[in-house]
Amino acid sequence: MDVKMHGGNVIMNTATMAYRNLLKTVHNPDNFMDVVIQPVLFMLMFGYLFGGAIAGGVQAYLPTIVPGILIQTMLSAGSGSGAQIREDLDSGVFDRFKSLPMAHIAPLAGQLFADSLRLLIATITSLTTGYLMGWRPAVGFGWVVAIGLLAIFTGWALSWIFALLGLLAKSAGAVQSASLMTMLVLSFMSNAFVPLHSLTKPLQFVAHLNPVTYVITAIRQILATGSWTHEALLVVVFDVAVVAVFAPLAVWAYDRN
Amino acid sequence: MSAINAIEVSHLTKKFGQKTVVDDISFNVRQGEVFGLLGPNGAGKTTTLRMMTTLLKADAGHVKIFGHDTVKEGRLARSMFGLTGQYASVDEDISARENLMIFSRLNGLSRQDAKQRTTELLTEFSLENSADKALKNFSGGMRRRLDLAVSLITRPTLIFLDEPTTGLDPRTRTQMWATIRQLVKQGSTVILTTQYLDEADQLADNLAIIDHGKVVKMGTPAELKQQVGGTKLNFTVGQATQVTAAVNLLTSQVPNTIQRTGQRLSVRLNQVTELTPILASLKQAKIAIDHLSVQEPSLDDVFMDLTVGKN
Repeated sequence: MDVKMHGGNVIMNTATMAYRNLLKTVHNPDNFMDVVIQPVLFMLMFGYLFGGAIAGGVQAYLPTIVPGILIQTMLSAGSGSGAQIREDLDSGVFDRFKSLPMAHIAPLAGQLFADSLRLLIATITSLTTGYLMGWRPAVGFGWVVAIGLLAIFTGWALSWIFALLGLLAKSAGAVQSASLMTMLVLSFMSNAFVPLHSLTKPLQFVAHLNPVTYVITAIRQILATGSWTHEALLVVVFDVAVVAVFAPLAVWAYDRN
Repeated sequence: MSAINAIEVSHLTKKFGQKTVVDDISFNVRQGEVFGLLGPNGAGKTTTLRMMTTLLKADAGHVKIFGHDTVKEGRLARSMFGLTGQYASVDEDISARENLMIFSRLNGLSRQDAKQRTTELLTEFSLENSADKALKNFSGGMRRRLDLAVSLITRPTLIFLDEPTTGLDPRTRTQMWATIRQLVKQGSTVILTTQYLDEADQLADNLAIIDHGKVVKMGTPAELKQQVGGTKLNFTVGQATQVTAAVNLLTSQVPNTIQRTGQRLSVRLNQVTELTPILASLKQAKIAIDHLSVQEPSLDDVFMDLTVGKN
């Protein structure tokens, strides 16, 4: 055998797998729908449809809707990884990956890394659309970057949950519909689009249980005060906890496959 | 080196729920040979192959690849073989070149080596012209070629092919066979599963016939054919009313069972010399026959004889 083998290197393998996932996305522009077209469409639709009714005007509604759509986009982009993983597992390609002398966690890790790039694109698209519609955060650009990173980290943490779902589910279709429903319930049963006090008591209760509410509140607070609030810290702790619980579970489910 | 078997499979067993899919299978594959796992659909060929290639955990038994246990030394064992799965195990969404690059990198090749190997393989498998096209536009044959090319990135001396020609047209199948023969010529050991008897006959040095998860027979294609017995005589009786008379006549001359399908009769001859008296007595009895054929035994007969299929 005159081909040099460097053996499996976890980081290199993961990087290659992430590159593969990005290539797939680039070749399949459909995969950009949820991170590019969806935030633009939702921002425009919700902004111009509900702005007047909810906040008395589009401009007044933007500080509410921009973080709302941002997090909704994170949720849907993150939920895509579950279906993607299931699809991969069901294809012959995965057999090949498993039969290679590579770090066996690389396909999963590569997927999650590629996802963070999708999340970054989604964040930039959401915030830019908001800006073009007239959204002008009072705080500096640094804080906008900060909330962007907070959103990406949250989306990334959640994608581990969806990854687990994908690994446990029977088919990509099942993951897709389960993810879509979770995404819709989580984003609408929160303060993403409407002020909490406008909701009925039972709905308010549900919204208060919904972690999405806290993430959006934290982002709005940062954008309003220009300081790292207590809520923002709480969100970071929550995200870390989600990763700490769901990453090992996903790895376990992945090994089981 | 030649003392070590390329593969040693011993007492391999796999259950899916209550159903035993692979039932205590054992066989050895010598270096440099083509070993065929032949069997009907659902016989357990692919499951056996998946256990051999570490994709599936066995419930019992073990597999050694060049002397290395696939469970205890999984990574080492995996570095010694290439696998081409039953369903094209390449990425549909990316190009042939990208597939080869990515799998080269995952196999541990440096970027430089990966690039070089990719170019080599694209040329070797006549894929240069479509190297950068999306795989969606590939024909079945091109896909298989790419698939095989990917398995050969590290120039493994052991290659697993799971139904390498299923779904290919005759021309592409012949090309695939030529490629496989070329690999063997270069010193590779090939283990393949197939449900095509002619494929096994054409390629395999040794065969294991599998049915219901068990090895029902093992040997060279020639040995297996011999076991089924000699030449087979087939003919159609011209008039339906004479069929019984023809059967009685055959029974009196040949000790073997006569198969009857409508007016078509077939019987196995122990010796070719039995043929002339049969024809003579048929003529004497004024039984007109049609569509006469005399067949050398084929693996088809072995297959039909030994396997009962899924139900």
